[in-house]
Amino acid sequence: MIDKTKPDTASCVADIPDGSTILVGGFGGAGMPLDLIDALIARAPKELTIVSNNAGNGTKGLAALLAAGLVRKVICSFPRQADSHVFDGLYRAGKLELELVPQGNLVERLRAAGAGIGAFFTPTGYGTPIADGKETRVIDGRGYVLEYPIKGDFALIKAQRGDRWGNLVYRKTARNFGPVMATAAKVTVAQVEDIVPLGSLDPEGIVTPGAFVDRVVAVGAGRTQ
Amino acid sequence: MSDVASTVATDVKLWTRAEMAQLIANDIPEGAVVNIGIGMPELVADCLPSDKEILLQSENGLLGMGPKPGANEIDWDLINAGKQPVTLLEGGAIFDHTLSFTMMRGGHLDIAILGAFQVAENGDLANWATNDPNAIPAVGGAMDLAVGASRVFVMMEMLTKKGESKLVERCTYPLTGLGCVSRVYSDHAVLDVVDGGFTAVKLAPGLTLEALRQLTGLPIRAA
Repeated sequence: MIDKTKPDTASCVADIPDGSTILVGGFGGAGMPLDLIDALIARAPKELTIVSNNAGNGTKGLAALLAAGLVRKVICSFPRQADSHVFDGLYRAGKLELELVPQGNLVERLRAAGAGIGAFFTPTGYGTPIADGKETRVIDGRGYVLEYPIKGDFALIKAQRGDRWGNLVYRKTARNFGPVMATAAKVTVAQVEDIVPLGSLDPEGIVTPGAFVDRVVAVGAGRTQ
Repeated sequence: MSDVASTVATDVKLWTRAEMAQLIANDIPEGAVVNIGIGMPELVADCLPSDKEILLQSENGLLGMGPKPGANEIDWDLINAGKQPVTLLEGGAIFDHTLSFTMMRGGHLDIAILGAFQVAENGDLANWATNDPNAIPAVGGAMDLAVGASRVFVMMEMLTKKGESKLVERCTYPLTGLGCVSRVYSDHAVLDVVDGGFTAVKLAPGLTLEALRQLTGLPIRAA
């Protein structure tokens, strides 16, 4: 019998070693897997590379992970926010490496990693500092930049419901990076509000099929911010 | 500030941000798929005519975005690119980031409305970073919109607080995209980018083309 469900968040992250690259879902607070991040902070692996759209806001979630001193590098599109003071302080102090990636390139690099694509040419960033030092090509009169996949060792994502095969559905714009990150990591962990019986999710509506998911843990509803 | 600018200020009624937003809203046709950037362009959403159906897209996976929710309707799983709560219109759709940026980069948006630090005569856009070494850089989806939308509208004040023109011969700030801007809506004028130069489409009340040329230092053409 396939059973990807886990009894608690700690057992979902217990094998994450120092130096891992971790894909963290969410756009701002929506879709941020706060419970898994708390478990990661408790386990405290060091020298992590975090891939996420933002770099944390306020004092919870990614901001707490950064504040705990566990992160060496952040790969993201939009670190600067009204309340991104934890990131801002570490970055200005030179304690955090930043790789700034345009949001569409971040998504497509994750997609490439998950889809077995070796690299791709994108028009985004052509002629800008983002393309500095990268291979470019003019195709049909338009400039493109060569970009490479971003592969995760682990992905931590949040969905609304899952089943023991790892099938997932999401809630509203909390979907965002979850589906693509689930494809791009060696081990994908999903926190969900509820684990439902196999067969109760509409097959037409399953957004992330179970083949992309390794661990599912129920944390209940509630925290979004 | 130059003598020209101070002279102009007494004679000219510059457009307010709300008036600029209304000018943009009036130019969006029925059925258009539109991405509104964060910051000043957000004002456009409040001006869209109720008698036209316009599909607003948000990079975090919304098409058919509706207005701000009432206090009792706020759902933090339903937010816009600025991470503020929004609503979904009947017929609206939710999708993941891969599909959202397929929509944005793949030429499926009719119009993107962006803020800017500088717009050059050749249509180059600079809107994500200044040359301030202490600033935290952030780019988000701006570069994807710059290359992907059929038309890019820029909404900005034409002068910096120091009175320098943001309409320039060539951008000095880091670029967002090459030759991507179609039209600029500023407090002084609406201008099209045509064949490597600006053409004034509409001038704020009392502003002359000659004054606009002096303020920008650019050979702006008449429409």
